[in-house]
Amino acid sequence: MYNEKVMDHFSNPRNVGEIVDADGVGQVGNPVCGDIMKIFIKVRDNIIEDIKFKTFGCGAAIATSSMVTEMVKGKSLEEALKISNKTVAEALGGLPPVKMHCSNLAADALHAAIEDFQKKQSKKGLE
Amino acid sequence: MKKIYMDHAGTTPMRKEVLEAMMPYMTERFGNASTIYSLGREAKMALEDSREKVANLIGAEPGEVFFTAGGTESDNWALRGIAEANKDMGNHIITSCIEHHAVLHTCQDLEKQGYRVTYLPVDRYGFVAPEHVKNSITDDTILVSIMHANNEIGTIEPIADIGKIIKRQKRKIYFHTDAVQTVGKIPVKVDELYVDLLSVSSHKIYGPKGIGALYIKKGTKIKPFITGGAQERQKRAGTENIPAIVGFGKACELIEAELEQQYEKLSRLRDRLIRGIMENIPFVHLNGHPTMRLPHNVNVCFEFIEGESLLLNLDMKDICASSGSACTSGSLEPSHVLLAIGLPHEIAHGSLRLTLGMDNTEEDVDFVLEILPGIVNKLREMSPLFAERKEMPKNV
Ligand code: FES
Repeated sequence: MYNEKVMDHFSNPRNVGEIVDADGVGQVGNPVCGDIMKIFIKVRDNIIEDIKFKTFGCGAAIATSSMVTEMVKGKSLEEALKISNKTVAEALGGLPPVKMHCSNLAADALHAAIEDFQKKQSKKGLE
Repeated sequence: MKKIYMDHAGTTPMRKEVLEAMMPYMTERFGNASTIYSLGREAKMALEDSREKVANLIGAEPGEVFFTAGGTESDNWALRGIAEANKDMGNHIITSCIEHHAVLHTCQDLEKQGYRVTYLPVDRYGFVAPEHVKNSITDDTILVSIMHANNEIGTIEPIADIGKIIKRQKRKIYFHTDAVQTVGKIPVKVDELYVDLLSVSSHKIYGPKGIGALYIKKGTKIKPFITGGAQERQKRAGTENIPAIVGFGKACELIEAELEQQYEKLSRLRDRLIRGIMENIPFVHLNGHPTMRLPHNVNVCFEFIEGESLLLNLDMKDICASSGSACTSGSLEPSHVLLAIGLPHEIAHGSLRLTLGMDNTEEDVDFVLEILPGIVNKLREMSPLFAERKEMPKNV
């Protein structure tokens, strides 16, 4: 059902875990089947210095989480924001049609984390 | 590494003896059972011999056994055939909400045709209450269909009690049971269950796929399922699949002789597996009744994790199992059975079904018990829900 690349990310997921003092945290839920994905980022000088994820979901959900973290680690926020659900699925060499909605989680969680970071920044700016 | 197959409720490997019995009928004994020359007579004899073996296993007369293409067809035939033939008597059907889709989707289709269907709820173990059946009977009821045992959670339904209630009614109400999961696992005798129709499948009892049977009690008013030639007493036309029927018959004969011994072996392995899981993994629930369950069925839910991930991890260790998680179903809805016993979506998500078979050993069970906690742990470490759960005590 899944290609080798997906299975590789599923069985050896990169960047699993939490960042305790994260600069941004994004959590999204899957409206289709009820799964949850959470992404933590550490940002320095506009660069995603560290990123970790936690996911409650299927093989595709775990593989896309792992993939998205690998894709944006070391990238600027602008570059990270350009990553879409589609590019994540493509980077994995495609997902089964019934699983396409899972790939929606990964980029959304990442963008939510960046948004969270930016919100915190502007708050700091106000203080 | 040897594969550990624990999905016998899904299908079973065909036995060597079954294949051997079938082989001649695929080659030299290819005759059509409807012809009069020796080749045809040979096929006819094999057909009737198999019918007798199936009948013996379920305590029926051979004349009450009709071959079909499998359990799903048997269910379809029972429901549609009774509904259509007894339209003038009423249009109400009673079933349960945990039936196999072969029954549920057929009922939904019958609803579109104007029949009224009552879907009875079940309790937290998955039991249908005989009282509920009784209270749902109306002057329009023509058919009750309740499965003998549930394919997912293994709960064995009180079919005999329900059957007695139905027999006591003044009007004739037909009673069908889908016994696909029980035949060959526990004793199934049609008269002890008080049923008029009963579905059987071959590939769940180490026979070939694509063949099954419907028991139709003598005197039952039912419409033929397929029209055409005179096969199956003009009720199910089409040249008989003799090799498959021979294999099915052989499988029935073999399992009948071993029923008691298999029951003991399987329930021992089942209990070892359940105990091992419950004792070694926290946040786990057993689905179905602890004792009133199929001897080969284990169904549990692990909190905070998802079933497909679990299955993929087990598969990497060459363990074959199944799950009722939304992510494993094409519809992305969790199992209707797990929801019906009251599990919330997120718990149904983490369901695992292990169904044992005659080739499984104590070593297999122990291997699964050795592997499983690590997999569950790994997935929980990845789960945001588990992290929240772990933090909870600190907050209170
Ligand atoms: S997370 Fe449910 S199908 Fe992928």
